[in-house]
Amino acid sequence: MTAFQMVHPLLFYTLSGLMVVGALGVIFARVPIYAVLSLVITLFGMSALFVALGAYFVAAIQVLVYAGAVLVLFLFVVMLLDMAPEALFRARSRIMMVAGIAFGGIFLWQLVHVTVVIGGRPGLFTKQPVAGTTAAVGKLLFTTYALPFEAASMLLLVGIIGAIVLAKKKL
Amino acid sequence: MVAAPWIILFAPALACAAIVLFARNSKPLSATLAIGGLAVSFSFAVYALLQSLHPLAETIESSVSWVNLPGLALEFGLLLDHPSILMSLVVTGVGLMIFIYSVGYMGEERGLPRYFAFLSLFAFSMLGIVLANNFVTLFIFWELVGASSYLLIGFWYERPKAADAGKKAFLVNRIADFGFLIGILMLWNLSGLEGQSRTLNFAELAERLQALVAHGTLSPQLLTAVGLLVFCGVLGKSAQFPLHVWLPDAMEGPTPVSALIHAATMVAAGVYLIARTFFLFWQTPEAMAWVAAIGGFTALFAASLALVEDDIKRVLAYSTLSQLGYMVMALGLGGYVAGIYHLTTHAFFKALLFLGAGSVIHALHTNNIWEMGGLLKKMPVTSITFLIATLALCGIFPLSGFWSKDEILAVAFFRNPLLWVVGTATAGLTAFYMGRVFCVAFLGSARAHSAGHAHESPPVMSVPLMLLTVPTMVAGFIGIPHYLHHGQEAGVHVPFNAIVAGISTLVAMAGLSLAYAVYGRGYQPGIQVQRVLALAAVPLSRKFWVDEVYGWINRNIQQRFADLLSLFERYIIIGLYVNGVAKITGFTGSVLRLAQTGKVQGYAATLLAGLSLLLYLSLR
Amino acid sequence: MTAPITLSHLLALSGLLFSIGLVGVMTRRNILLILLSLEILLSSANLAFVAFSRSLGDLSGQIMVFFVMVVAAAEVTVGLAIALLISRKAGNLNADELRNLKW
Repeated sequence: MTAFQMVHPLLFYTLSGLMVVGALGVIFARVPIYAVLSLVITLFGMSALFVALGAYFVAAIQVLVYAGAVLVLFLFVVMLLDMAPEALFRARSRIMMVAGIAFGGIFLWQLVHVTVVIGGRPGLFTKQPVAGTTAAVGKLLFTTYALPFEAASMLLLVGIIGAIVLAKKKL
Repeated sequence: MVAAPWIILFAPALACAAIVLFARNSKPLSATLAIGGLAVSFSFAVYALLQSLHPLAETIESSVSWVNLPGLALEFGLLLDHPSILMSLVVTGVGLMIFIYSVGYMGEERGLPRYFAFLSLFAFSMLGIVLANNFVTLFIFWELVGASSYLLIGFWYERPKAADAGKKAFLVNRIADFGFLIGILMLWNLSGLEGQSRTLNFAELAERLQALVAHGTLSPQLLTAVGLLVFCGVLGKSAQFPLHVWLPDAMEGPTPVSALIHAATMVAAGVYLIARTFFLFWQTPEAMAWVAAIGGFTALFAASLALVEDDIKRVLAYSTLSQLGYMVMALGLGGYVAGIYHLTTHAFFKALLFLGAGSVIHALHTNNIWEMGGLLKKMPVTSITFLIATLALCGIFPLSGFWSKDEILAVAFFRNPLLWVVGTATAGLTAFYMGRVFCVAFLGSARAHSAGHAHESPPVMSVPLMLLTVPTMVAGFIGIPHYLHHGQEAGVHVPFNAIVAGISTLVAMAGLSLAYAVYGRGYQPGIQVQRVLALAAVPLSRKFWVDEVYGWINRNIQQRFADLLSLFERYIIIGLYVNGVAKITGFTGSVLRLAQTGKVQGYAATLLAGLSLLLYLSLR
Repeated sequence: MTAPITLSHLLALSGLLFSIGLVGVMTRRNILLILLSLEILLSSANLAFVAFSRSLGDLSGQIMVFFVMVVAAAEVTVGLAIALLISRKAGNLNADELRNLKW
């Protein structure tokens, strides 16, 4: 990969707007299907941002695993359960609502504070960019991170078995 | 030949392990293994003896480091010097006879492999005591002897009496060993008084104690206390007064076991311990005086108890007590050689007596001498060998007992005339009760039906009897005192004294004649005398109420104390500590569980609150 | 709008998404939607990882993203299986009505 282009501001703002809207859609949608679909928007936007940042492999995985597999799984379950719209039990306790939004606000403030303090320092984006190609990531994954990789595969196996054991009516 | 002590020691242990692992169901194989293991030990002991006879022979000491920490260096070590060679010969030789005899005596037992495994373990433990070169090793085997004696005395564990006797032996020994352990720990401490690294090795301890006494660093009182504490262990194992109570009860075990305990192992351990730690006792005359006094008292006390006992094994048990008292007295008077000499000869003739008694019991199925009688014609081998052993025990010339007993009496004669009188009186009593047993059991006519139909025991039992007769007769002539004297500076050595020997022989002959007159010829003393004797017999038959006194102490003092402790345990330990902690925990839990609302998002909120707090604190 | 995009822009976006996800986790009552909000949380963390990876010129950050995805996949699988089980037992997926975790 040749020298990495800076993320164009226009691209960044467009994508981030999309992602925020999608995320807000997730938490405010009344119908679960819509929530899932709007998460897809967020994840696609993030995938595009990954590409812009040079993380090609991760971007592809994001589309394949997240947007593809995980969210399709969500859709399956939502449809399988055929739930009534959330509106039916929307009127939840006000304290929880306030607490949730308050915590969200606090965290937003704190995180922005952190990011501004850290990210505002000059020179952080001046390092020679590296390209996260499949080859580069794969090499790292099978050398330095071979053990965590194996552990992760174990985790997936456990996940598969756990899911089958839990969901199957009769084993 | 550094390996010799290790082979002597571990051959029986290997035999025991092999029986437990491979021969649990096979009687012949287990017997072969046990006898083979001990035979290996015996042959190496003979080899060691022959080596040591060489004028330039050196003692073999070999040890492996066991614990090696700063300030705590312990060794597992063995020592082959003259006393330990002699003792291992006795243990393995007499033990071998007893093992072989057991094949006949115990042949019908279902648990024979278990029996032989225990026997091998016992021999192994005893050899460990004999060969140990330091107190730690010795104490380990000391306790092992206690444990294996418990197993063997309680061999017929289905019988409550046997099981109780095993327990009694073990507990009494534990009490004694507690004192012994404290003594060892004090010695450990004393060994470092002059700044050296501490040690429990006998040779090094001997040098250091000598130096300490010579420099005056050590107070004589402290040394006496240490000596008496070590002697505590002797009290238990060698069953000296007041801890003698376990030995008569131990007769509940199989007769070969009694023979083993009384002749070759266990009780010999106590006497041997005094000899081993003679360097300690030699430095402290006060402790020596106590040792001698207790030994002399036990000798007379036990001999008097034997006068009225009707159980043949128990008579022999009391006689062992009495003879052990002799040995302890001899050592206490400084007669190092005399004590060990008597220990050796006693091992031969006492094993012979027990095996003879076992042969009779095997044939008649009774222990009571009044149900025997007239066995001289029915069981000639047993009777003759028993007679020889009896005469040896009484100290009749020229049998082995004569030489060793007179050595002791000669030492007593020169060191402490009072104890000489006690010893001579004991010799008379010994002759009387042994004569009584022999006259009642073997002479005259059959007193019960079974005695009339008795038959001689099979060769596997009678041959060991005959073999044991040999050392019983000749042990006085083969120079054992000379052998023991080699390389031993401490102690008193008195040459053979014809006057002392003559007096004690006369006393013994008088005792025997009286016994023969009363029990063999039916001589009846006058009514007056009989009345006095009947009165005197009461405390004797109740064994001077020692067991009763212990029972009273148990019930009224120890039990009360235990009840008190039990209250403490119930209310303080359990009530306050155990349940208190549990209640506090329960209470805390009941408060804390209010936080468990069961709402997932409530938990998430708590988590987030903590996280925000952390972030806030780190950003502040 | 023409100022160059720096690390703080990306981290701010990540923080914003994280907060939105947090509000979702706290306020939704449907277990499925709580799980969905959790996905937002994880993704925002991924964004931060990639941003730092780009900034520091180190691929390890992207490896972490890979592992986060693995964990997320496993979590979703088991989580959805549990949700399925809950709806079978309780008839709905209301988190407020699940009180069995209580003593």
